[in-house]
Amino acid sequence: MTSFSRRQWAPGAVGLLLAAFLVVFLVVPVVKVIFVAFQDPNTGAVTLINFVDFFNTSLFRDSFVNSLYVAGTSVIVASVIALPLAYFTTRFNFGGAVLIQTLGIIPLIMPPFVGAVAMQLLLGPNGSVNLLLDEWFGINIPFMEGLNGVVLVESVHYFPFILINLSAALNNIDQAMEESAQNLGSSGLRLFRRIVFPLAMPGYVAGASLVFLKVFDDLGTPLLLNINTMLAPQAYLRISSIGISDPMGYVISVILVAFSLFSLWVSLLTLRGKDYATVQKGGGGLRKRDLRPWEKAGCYAVVVLILLLVLSPHIGLMLLSFGTVWSYSVLPDAYTVDHYLRVFGTASQYITNTLLYAGLAGLADVILGTAIAYIVWRTGLAGRKWLDYVGMGAVAIPGVVLGIGYLRTFYDFQVPVIDKPLASWWVIIVVALAVRRLPYALRACVAALQQVSEMLEEAAENLGATKARTVWRITVPLMSGGILAGFVTSFATASVELSATIMLVSAESDAPLAYGIYEFMQSASGRGPGAALGIIAVVIVGIGTYVSHRVIERGRRERAPDVALAAGV
Amino acid sequence: MSQTQSAAQRATQSTDVTIENLSLSFGTTEVLKGIDLTIGRGEFFTFLGPSGSGKSTLLRAIAGFGPRPSGRILIGGEEVTRLPPWKRNLGMVFQSYALWPHMTVRRNVAFGLEERKLPREEIRRRVEAALELVGLLDLAERRPSQLSGGQQQRVALARTIVVEPRVLLLDEPLSNLDANLRVQMRREILDLQRKLSLTTIFVTHDQEEANTTSDRIAVLNDGVLQQVGSPVELYDRPANLFVAGFLGTANVLEGRVEAQAGRPLFRTADGIEVPLIEGPDGPCSIVFRPQNLVIVAEGGEPAGGAGAVKLSGVVRHREFLGSIIRYAVEVAGNVILVDDSHQRGQVTLDAGEPADLFFNPDEVVALAG
Ligand SMILES: Nc1ncnc2c1ncn2[C@@H]1O[C@H](COP(=O)(O)OP(=O)(O)O)[C@@H](O)[C@H]1O
Ligand SMILES: [Mg+2]
Repeated sequence: MTSFSRRQWAPGAVGLLLAAFLVVFLVVPVVKVIFVAFQDPNTGAVTLINFVDFFNTSLFRDSFVNSLYVAGTSVIVASVIALPLAYFTTRFNFGGAVLIQTLGIIPLIMPPFVGAVAMQLLLGPNGSVNLLLDEWFGINIPFMEGLNGVVLVESVHYFPFILINLSAALNNIDQAMEESAQNLGSSGLRLFRRIVFPLAMPGYVAGASLVFLKVFDDLGTPLLLNINTMLAPQAYLRISSIGISDPMGYVISVILVAFSLFSLWVSLLTLRGKDYATVQKGGGGLRKRDLRPWEKAGCYAVVVLILLLVLSPHIGLMLLSFGTVWSYSVLPDAYTVDHYLRVFGTASQYITNTLLYAGLAGLADVILGTAIAYIVWRTGLAGRKWLDYVGMGAVAIPGVVLGIGYLRTFYDFQVPVIDKPLASWWVIIVVALAVRRLPYALRACVAALQQVSEMLEEAAENLGATKARTVWRITVPLMSGGILAGFVTSFATASVELSATIMLVSAESDAPLAYGIYEFMQSASGRGPGAALGIIAVVIVGIGTYVSHRVIERGRRERAPDVALAAGV
Repeated sequence: MSQTQSAAQRATQSTDVTIENLSLSFGTTEVLKGIDLTIGRGEFFTFLGPSGSGKSTLLRAIAGFGPRPSGRILIGGEEVTRLPPWKRNLGMVFQSYALWPHMTVRRNVAFGLEERKLPREEIRRRVEAALELVGLLDLAERRPSQLSGGQQQRVALARTIVVEPRVLLLDEPLSNLDANLRVQMRREILDLQRKLSLTTIFVTHDQEEANTTSDRIAVLNDGVLQQVGSPVELYDRPANLFVAGFLGTANVLEGRVEAQAGRPLFRTADGIEVPLIEGPDGPCSIVFRPQNLVIVAEGGEPAGGAGAVKLSGVVRHREFLGSIIRYAVEVAGNVILVDDSHQRGQVTLDAGEPADLFFNPDEVVALAG
């Protein structure tokens, strides 16, 4: 329950600031993009002409079909990878939880485009695997041919979304439910069809729609694999080559947003009222059984194969970063640390920029996230829920769209003192990263705040602490684990984000890691250093994640029992 | 020496509380309805009522939490109704203690003094004195999670009294403790309260807890104040049927009072007649306690003295409760409970046996309506 409605001016002022930030840096740019898409480029009148033009151009029609095809096929391939893993880990006594947790981090800490080039070297027509297949069996499998490459890279990367949601759903099926069905004479396939399938479906659909969204919006992977006939690359290319007045980029943006919203809506719809993460409290799930030895061997074979596939971008990237020359051979000819030396010597600004941008963005996100969470859950401000909705809404905005929106909105705005358009000042990159990652941090902060019993805050107020002092001394320290988790998620994902930044980088010296990787990977000679940068990115993110994990665990151990007690009544 | 002095200081700080026509709603549900109360300086005062009766809501309104009430709350004559919690200087101990898990015991206790910006040396001294008072000085560096329930309770008390609040507010402070500890802690709280002569408002749904600690009790039901009085007053002179039933076991008979030969006579529809010492005219209920009745086998020796009322009925149940035997006796369609103190070898009546009940009219409370 919220406190007295008086003395709301302070949260009110903060709320207004937050709203202003979200409006200026999220709502206005996106609305502007949508508006331009429906505007006649010459007269400025509202029209559908741009959409007609779009669908009358065969290149765009192809791009549209290709994007749908790639996203749809990726969902299928990702499902094929995720289903056996989910099944093994939920039905058998099998080191499942650890596996899922480990795999689950992968899509977060490294964007798919980083590994794309490495995958080409491993699985491409002249890659290691095909060279071996050719030598042994005389065959060549076009893993990376055209759109196949995009599908493979994306599905290997994003299948954990399906795995996690599906496993959570399966774990959530009560053993009693299974038993009562058996008790009523249902078993085997029927049991699966009548009980397991319907109960697991929402989790699957939620994961699948997330994969669809991510793949549909992805810019970096097709760009690096040199596939331009897809929507996101087309939007980028139109804007970067023709200019920000070309309407096609905006039309594509509207289509991207529409599909993103649609997949989010599907995923929310199926997940409504089914909060697996909180319902599931150990012990649940289907009855697990031990595996017979040969079954175990089979399971492990499948799992190892999948793991190899999942880790192939990382393995390839590692080889590439340490290899001298690697083409038409199974492995690089020789190994060297030259690429790393070159990166640290000439390209270290990418690293420092990334640490700066991602650090600032992560910081901004947890401050925004904490403030929004507090206002939504602890005050009675009118319209406070909208802060939450709009902040979360950033999930539905593809990076390309936000980038285009910023270019369009802030190009005319000269920043005082430095006398540069806001759209080409490095700070705008930080803002874009912060807005894009806000949903992660916001969810983490809300979850953290909900763990803090309001009674702990009331006790402080009762002892003479004002609301502000209470937030500072009680609420924020108690949220610190969640805030840190939010920071790391924002930081880690921001430090490898490409799609919005690629549009906003106006000078090489302002560019972050992801952009550097992209630049390097453009030329054959740059692949080595590009891979080295990729590995550095993975290491930065990995260290950040590990450290925060340790810190959070320690904090939790110190005080967990009492938090539970205080929240218990 | 210094402790007695500071106790004396606190005593002068301790103050009275007046609540005038206080009402409070959550949205459209009215949870407190026109409460009027005066709590004296240094008094141990209890809000007693069943769960959901509004006790916590009332206590929290005094502390400044929850929706804004209508009416007035005065602490020592000062109106605080519009003051935020941090300006009221009232010490509240929460039901689950609300100790801050990220601070040691010492930091928990120091918190209020730090917020008052006292000199560091004074904070240290007062924190130690408070911990000493609750006997936890040697656990000062522990985290709350490393303490037992009773110890946490003491930390919560120390944290509150260290700021020398004008009033101590306790919301079911014993409900999270096991039965033995509960009795011990309730004595400790009372001792502490007496030592500091701190005006204390104690919330409980447990009548035994209320009876054993309180100077006075306010009985609440459904957001309405039922009666205020000392434990004995409430037991012996309940103002209404709710209070009669909530404090101890009561037999209730409904009927009418008519004057007969200048004396009020209570009569139920089933024909039970009870002469009253005094009573209102018209519809009325009478209340009497099981231990004030004497039960004898039918036709046995009359008991209870000359003016005793006699009712005849049949034993329906018998329960052995250790020190007493409780009979349920049906008298003209009404079940009346009778407690007979238990002696070894005593003859008991069995279910189905006819019995006579005797009681003294001056043990009867008549309630109009
Ligand atoms: N935050 C709240 N929102 C809505 N109703 C509430 C809230 N807190 C308490 N109530 C209602 O107010 C009534 C009194 O509650 P409370 O004061 O907690 O009772 P008690 O402490 O006597 O058990 C109950 O009916 C309860 O449902
Ligand atoms: Mg209560």
